[in-house]
Amino acid sequence: MTVSDAVVVRRQGTATAPGPRPTAARRRLLDHLGVLPFLAFVGVFLLYPTLTVVAGAFSDGADGVTLDNVRALSGPAYRDAFLRSLQLSALTAAIGAVSGALLAWAVVTGSPDGRLRRTVTAASGVLAQFGGVTLAFAFLATLGFEGIVTVVLRDSFGIDLFAGGAWIFELPGLVLVYTYFQIPLMVIVFLPALDGLRPQWREASDNLGGNAWTYWRHIGGPILAPAFLGSLLLLFANAFSAYATAAALISQGASIVPLQIRALQTGEVILGQQGVGKALGLAMVIVVTIVMALYALLQRRTTRWLR
Amino acid sequence: MAAVTRPAARRATVAVRWMVLGLAGVFFVLPLYAMLDFSTKGVGGARDLSAWRAIPQDEELRGAIVTSMELAGLTAVLMLVLLVPTLTWVRLRLPRVQRLVEFLCLLPLIIPAIVLVVGIAPLYSWVTYVFGDTPLTLTFVYVVLVLPYAYRALDAGLAGMDLKTLSEAARSLGASWTTVMLRVVLPNLRGAVLSAALLSVALVLGEFTLASLLNFQTLQVAITLTGKRNAALAIAVSLAALVFAFVLLVVLTRLVGRRRDGAETLAPAAPTAVAA
Repeated sequence: MTVSDAVVVRRQGTATAPGPRPTAARRRLLDHLGVLPFLAFVGVFLLYPTLTVVAGAFSDGADGVTLDNVRALSGPAYRDAFLRSLQLSALTAAIGAVSGALLAWAVVTGSPDGRLRRTVTAASGVLAQFGGVTLAFAFLATLGFEGIVTVVLRDSFGIDLFAGGAWIFELPGLVLVYTYFQIPLMVIVFLPALDGLRPQWREASDNLGGNAWTYWRHIGGPILAPAFLGSLLLLFANAFSAYATAAALISQGASIVPLQIRALQTGEVILGQQGVGKALGLAMVIVVTIVMALYALLQRRTTRWLR
Repeated sequence: MAAVTRPAARRATVAVRWMVLGLAGVFFVLPLYAMLDFSTKGVGGARDLSAWRAIPQDEELRGAIVTSMELAGLTAVLMLVLLVPTLTWVRLRLPRVQRLVEFLCLLPLIIPAIVLVVGIAPLYSWVTYVFGDTPLTLTFVYVVLVLPYAYRALDAGLAGMDLKTLSEAARSLGASWTTVMLRVVLPNLRGAVLSAALLSVALVLGEFTLASLLNFQTLQVAITLTGKRNAALAIAVSLAALVFAFVLLVVLTRLVGRRRDGAETLAPAAPTAVAA
């Protein structure tokens, strides 16, 4: 506020007391001072760390520039982690998008201000934004070695969930637990798109002799397609960047990229390995950037019909 | 939504709708029930509330809960102090900078928290040197984390009011910029400020990545540590935290829903790339 106050003082001064009016250029300069605190903060706590990662990815630890860190990523351990991360993100994005879209549709066909809609929206918000660690524990209580489903299946049906190994701590487990925040996220981002469908479109289609299939095939589907694809991309980026659930569930080992970064971040840093963590980070940022850029493009198309 | 006109088609739609809702209900309620069951399991099938009673008694957890609450409050305040004047000022006087500010505010969406932590860890040795080795220094990086969501909520709020006319009217009546901010902009922005603040609180209370890797003890970090020695206790706290966040969001939807101007802010604020 101090900066804007300074501007006020100056301008009031010019209004009451005789004196040189500030030139347009000077006023523009003063106006720009108003965003300085924001820019300074973002510069220190967002841009500087980002540049640290980018620069560190190409640094040899001393003053030299090197491509070794980036080359190291093609090693089998990192390559597999990347493949698994991409698989996990694609799979959970697909499952989340389809199930979430269905759930959003089921919610939206009810009353717009009803209790069901409010409850589902709030619950989705919690699971999508807040879940993280707590979801891992919910998962353990349900399907862990002493989880309720595990015990019921074992004692009442004689089914051993873990006959094939401790799958809940591996990729299949991550896929399942990730759907618990992917489906809610889809509900949140897809609800507004469904709200945008006008009842008149359906009525027009019915009046022209169309049925549910023709409506969804020729009207609802094409209109929702960009929003659906966009949401799918958002879900992909979301799963790809997620860390907390996997970290809480898997305390040892590094099957996916975020856990690889954890291992490099917390472990004894072997000389020359700091750069690899940053190269991994840079690679993650690049993947997310591409996905989010496509998302922004689709978003622009979505707003053509739905607003 | 499209009104279904034919009776047979209508019945089919209703059936499918309830099937979807039923499946989703089971899928999402089962883990919550499992948490309740697990955290109250006693010897030989009896119910036992000792895990729940242990929550307030556990020194580590209590401290972490207090820390997280303080962090949530500090983050919301710093976020508002930083964003509300900046966004107002940019809209009024610097429209050309608007795109840059928007870009910077949304930038955290493409930088996963796990990557941010790699870049910010070296910086934090300085931060703790200047501000002391307290978990409350996480406020700075948490403000970065909530920027996209807070920005969307506040920006939608500002777009929904006639900022220029209002501020010019106030200024021509002799109000200072401070008065304009506090008595003209803020009251008109109440809904947006509320959603931005509550979203920040929810995000901070659920944050784990940065706290854990910068070695600060917050609620989520304490839950994972507790999980290693006492699973029932960790699950009880997890369930309590989920319910608390749910209540918080219900309150938010109620408050925002009542004010039509802010109704739009919740949904666009939600798209996230930091969940979990």
